[in-house]
Amino acid sequence: MWERLIEEAPRFFGYYNLVFLGKAALATVALSALGCIIGIVLGSLVALLRLTTRLPLAPLRWIAALYTEIFRRVPFLVTLMLVFFAFQLSKVDLPMFWVAAVSVTLIASAFLAEIVRAGFESVHRNQWDAAAAMNFGLLDTVRYVVLPQAWRIILPPAFGFFVLFIKDTALASQIGVIELTFAGKVLNNKGFSAVLVFGTILVAYFLVSWPLSRLGKHLEQRLASPRHQRP
Amino acid sequence: MPRLVINGLEARYGSLKVLDGIDLDVASGDVVGLIGPSGSGKSTILRTLVGLTPPAAGSVEIDGEHIDYAKPGDVRRLRDRLAIVFQQYNLFQNMTVLQNVMIAPTKIKKRAAAEVREEAVRLLAKVGLADKLDRYPDELSGGQQQRVAIARALALRPEILLLDEVTAALDPELVSEVLDTIRVLAREGMTMLIVSHEMGFIREVSKEVVFMDAGRVVERGTPAKIFDAPEEARTRDFVSKILRH
Repeated sequence: MWERLIEEAPRFFGYYNLVFLGKAALATVALSALGCIIGIVLGSLVALLRLTTRLPLAPLRWIAALYTEIFRRVPFLVTLMLVFFAFQLSKVDLPMFWVAAVSVTLIASAFLAEIVRAGFESVHRNQWDAAAAMNFGLLDTVRYVVLPQAWRIILPPAFGFFVLFIKDTALASQIGVIELTFAGKVLNNKGFSAVLVFGTILVAYFLVSWPLSRLGKHLEQRLASPRHQRP
Repeated sequence: MPRLVINGLEARYGSLKVLDGIDLDVASGDVVGLIGPSGSGKSTILRTLVGLTPPAAGSVEIDGEHIDYAKPGDVRRLRDRLAIVFQQYNLFQNMTVLQNVMIAPTKIKKRAAAEVREEAVRLLAKVGLADKLDRYPDELSGGQQQRVAIARALALRPEILLLDEVTAALDPELVSEVLDTIRVLAREGMTMLIVSHEMGFIREVSKEVVFMDAGRVVERGTPAKIFDAPEEARTRDFVSKILRH
């Protein structure tokens, strides 16, 4: 086996393959980044919505709850197919990459909404009471009081989710998005040995997700204590 | 004219009626002491007044303005005039002492930071914590935290200050430093509604004492009347038990 790998390697790591793999890695990074960044924003909004108490917002609260409960339970592949066919039915001609991006964002937002909500709920009731009694609205309460205390609870599961999530973007290959896993299949079909191809893909995934874990650790340590932060 | 008028106030936790038709009024500059056994609804009155526990029935008027707790605008205006100090201090754990006092006046009331800072430092000096401005709540003793909480409430410039068993969570030797702070406020003419189990203190600072049991006002009157010559059997029973030990 080794002779074959050594013989294949120079051809495999040729210019065109590297460009191909680089582009695929970029697609994986882009899908993951979109999911994580838009996901944390939308997820926070959903979590916030679920904290509102005013009666007119009740339907929105209900939708927010339903959304998190459904999309956390549906397999990624099913969501992907659903979004894919929804776009087909509505005759919106969107590149596959964006169909995948919408799917990953839907999923990530639902999971992150739940992680953020758990973080909010970890902050003691008396902090909310004090803020409410001093006329803080919901947004001010979250911004000045709750979020600075909830970060420490939110970060570890959020980054844990990000890492899992990077792997899940591989499913986008099912609808033909050229990301890392898809690129691996293509190169394998071209005749390169599976060990070489998927070994390289493995390293590429690792290189994408390892820095993210480090960033998570770094942020956790920086926010380890509620002290030394200015509101 | 009384500053705060409460009529027929009711509140429930689920099916449990914790306030069962409370009538109460507090005149400007007065200190009213609320006493009664645990679970009689004293703290619930204060929580209901600031809108943390929605009332099930009854009316609340402050300076003649009726408050509808279902209307966010009404609750906001009300909270502009009341401040509450909690049993567990409820200081913001992510902020220093000074930030705790400054946050609401600057960020919510939008007053100028420099002016608020001056006032906050003055208030913290008044409660004896001028040297703790940059400490975090968990670096302070309970008594110190409670005095920060009082300074924080005063920085809101409330018309009425509500004190909810503010010494109940404190070690005995820390109680007096908090009570001394409240005595000063009483002498300065601060309108206060005080829930407390410190009977000697209630007797000393209150103009009127209200005895509650099972969500109702049983009896009210001057401290001398309530503590020395209560009319109701339930009051007599409570007072004798409390004063005996």
